[in-house]
Amino acid sequence: MNVLDKYMKPQAEALSLRHKRLEILSSNIANAGTPNFKARDIDFAAQYKNAIGAGELATTNVQHVSMLQTSPAGSARYRVPVSPSLDGNTVELHVEQLQFAQNTTSYEADLQFLSERIKGLRSALRGE
Amino acid sequence: MMKPLSIFDISGRAMAAQQVRLNSVASNLANAQSVSSTPEGAYKAMRPIFKTTYPLDQAGQGVSTVQTDGIYRSKLAPEKRYSPQHPQADEQGYIYAAAVDTQEEMVDMLEASRQYQNNIEVLSTAKSLILKTLSIGK
Repeated sequence: MNVLDKYMKPQAEALSLRHKRLEILSSNIANAGTPNFKARDIDFAAQYKNAIGAGELATTNVQHVSMLQTSPAGSARYRVPVSPSLDGNTVELHVEQLQFAQNTTSYEADLQFLSERIKGLRSALRGE
Repeated sequence: MMKPLSIFDISGRAMAAQQVRLNSVASNLANAQSVSSTPEGAYKAMRPIFKTTYPLDQAGQGVSTVQTDGIYRSKLAPEKRYSPQHPQADEQGYIYAAAVDTQEEMVDMLEASRQYQNNIEVLSTAKSLILKTLSIGK
């Protein structure tokens, strides 16, 4: 793997996952009034581990099974509602807004870290 | 069928759907006092039907938006009122008032406007995040 890739990967992967989650949460909010809509979300920690390949064991034999979860459906799961509503919609706006706010803050934090990484690299290149 | 959805599509379409809902509430409230000489001719409240739409290549990834899948007329029966002086009264002296529940419409209006606001909030948050991402490393 490219050295630069390796240097940026943790933040870059986190950022793209945060973006994916942002889209899913905004889909939930968009469908807050749609009957029978089921709210979805991703397990960020698990997907992030998957993306950066943390905790992976080396597979040196064909019979070895990779530790990484491979789920075909993009791994978006369904949310379990706190209090289900009669129209079959499982979007609870307060939950979604909370998750959305949390996701936004984390996105900004990841962005900040990535930005600092680039700054660090730049100052190393300049040798100041 | 549909190209991949961005946050702008997701929230934009949801706002359009809420706008349709708000429009139908406005029509219902505007016609709440109208009367007719037949039960069939009486105004019946309109409601949009919301339906989730998924982009084809992103199906199963949790990304979706909403669209209005037509409008249906309320099944509420028009109110039969005895008013022989009314110019639109039938032979027995009855008029039929519009089948609109004003309270229900007001609640619907509030909900539509709140959800519209929610989508605007999502949109502006996403926009500011994207703008921040564009100026990365500066």
